[in-house]
Amino acid sequence: MKVVVDMNKCQDHGQCVFAAPDVFSMDDDGRLVYVSDPDDALRDEVEEAADVCPLQAIRIEG
Amino acid sequence: MTGRVVVAGASMGGLRAAEQLRTAGWTGAITVVGDEPHMPYNRPPLSKEVLAGKAPFASLAFTPKAAAADVEWRLGTKAVAARLAERTVVLDDGSQLPYDGLVVATGMRPRRLRCPGPLAGRHTVRTLADAQGLRDELTRPGVRVVVVGAGFIGCEVAATAAGLGVREVTVVDPLALPMVGPLGELLARALLKRHEERGVRFALGTGVAGFEGEERVTGVVLSDGRVLPADVVVESVGSVANTEWLDGNGLDLADGVLTDGQLRVGGRPEVVAVGDVARFPNARYDGVSRRVEHWSIPTDTAKHAARTLAAHLGGSDVDLAPFAPLPTFWSDQHDFRLQSFGAPALGLGDVRVLDGDPDGDVLVGYHADGRLVGVVALGGQSAAMGAARYRAQLLKQPALTA
Repeated sequence: MKVVVDMNKCQDHGQCVFAAPDVFSMDDDGRLVYVSDPDDALRDEVEEAADVCPLQAIRIEG
Repeated sequence: MTGRVVVAGASMGGLRAAEQLRTAGWTGAITVVGDEPHMPYNRPPLSKEVLAGKAPFASLAFTPKAAAADVEWRLGTKAVAARLAERTVVLDDGSQLPYDGLVVATGMRPRRLRCPGPLAGRHTVRTLADAQGLRDELTRPGVRVVVVGAGFIGCEVAATAAGLGVREVTVVDPLALPMVGPLGELLARALLKRHEERGVRFALGTGVAGFEGEERVTGVVLSDGRVLPADVVVESVGSVANTEWLDGNGLDLADGVLTDGQLRVGGRPEVVAVGDVARFPNARYDGVSRRVEHWSIPTDTAKHAARTLAAHLGGSDVDLAPFAPLPTFWSDQHDFRLQSFGAPALGLGDVRVLDGDPDGDVLVGYHADGRLVGVVALGGQSAAMGAARYRAQLLKQPALTA
């Protein structure tokens, strides 16, 4: 599974961090960082993260 | 599984319901009916980035999940009647759709002011077409804008208009402060100050008595007698539930459609409601049924309602825990954000500053019976993150009625 976040859209709401803390986190400056090739076992939580993104900036490929 | 689920309403709630039905194991047909010509799209930017011209309209489209690729979309058509006893929905083209399961996802439409005056020049912000029309007018040189209603949409549109450099923008509201209903006085006062510092004017404590102008609006007559010159008017005075098509089925449609704690409608296990049209009890709080117009609700309700419906249609009426979402909302205005978790509206009687101060970044807690029930941050990114730190605590709390 490949995760792509459109950083032009992302506004650092952080909702994805609650949904998938193993994949998304905020750095010390409050900016999003994420794992771009998470294990497939995390698919459900990544899909949840994509759903709850206010800017709909998260895309899951494969 | 065979049979058909009809989803009435093709916005976010309808899309999420279709997707979540697949996730919940429903393999039968799904037909989604929606009156707009577009595939489902994300509405919050309509009053912000898209209205400001910072994001293209095309960027709003949701990307449906692969599992929902076989969903049938009937767009540009709407449900005009339902006969729940016969499990049939009637569309505006006269066709009848029989169903095994029905998802009510018809949402809301803007309430309009009924006072006298011309209609041209008066806008609402709900659909893509609305935002396109309003943007065309706000970007004409030298326009004077009056926003009626100081709620979420009114405050966001006023901020966007100010950012676009309109000649003047004034927000009118019968209440004494903007967004005082959801936020309470302390934050509403801080919000007012920030707007005024950024050039937004306010006419508070007064309603609208009428509109001046022949062909199109030229001014807004306030109920205190003043007249505000206006080239563009935005009406953001709440919304009306799209439930007329459900009339005649003995349902409680007093404010949206009443559901039980599993989002079922009218005691019928094959009918569920999702999104802001659903008036549901939240087991996390006091059990009172309410409609909730926050952005998170279509997804939360769709997930739960799809499980309820798929289980019933699959012949295994499982005992789901009652629906108990943790509410959350945000609002971007000018260069600051409001970020909330929990239910601040249930704790307006006991509001405390948890961090910062109202002139800068501030985090406010809302309490009921001495217990924290909601938080709202106002300010920059770090303030919003401060609110998020209380999310886990709010999630862990036992129900208010416990």
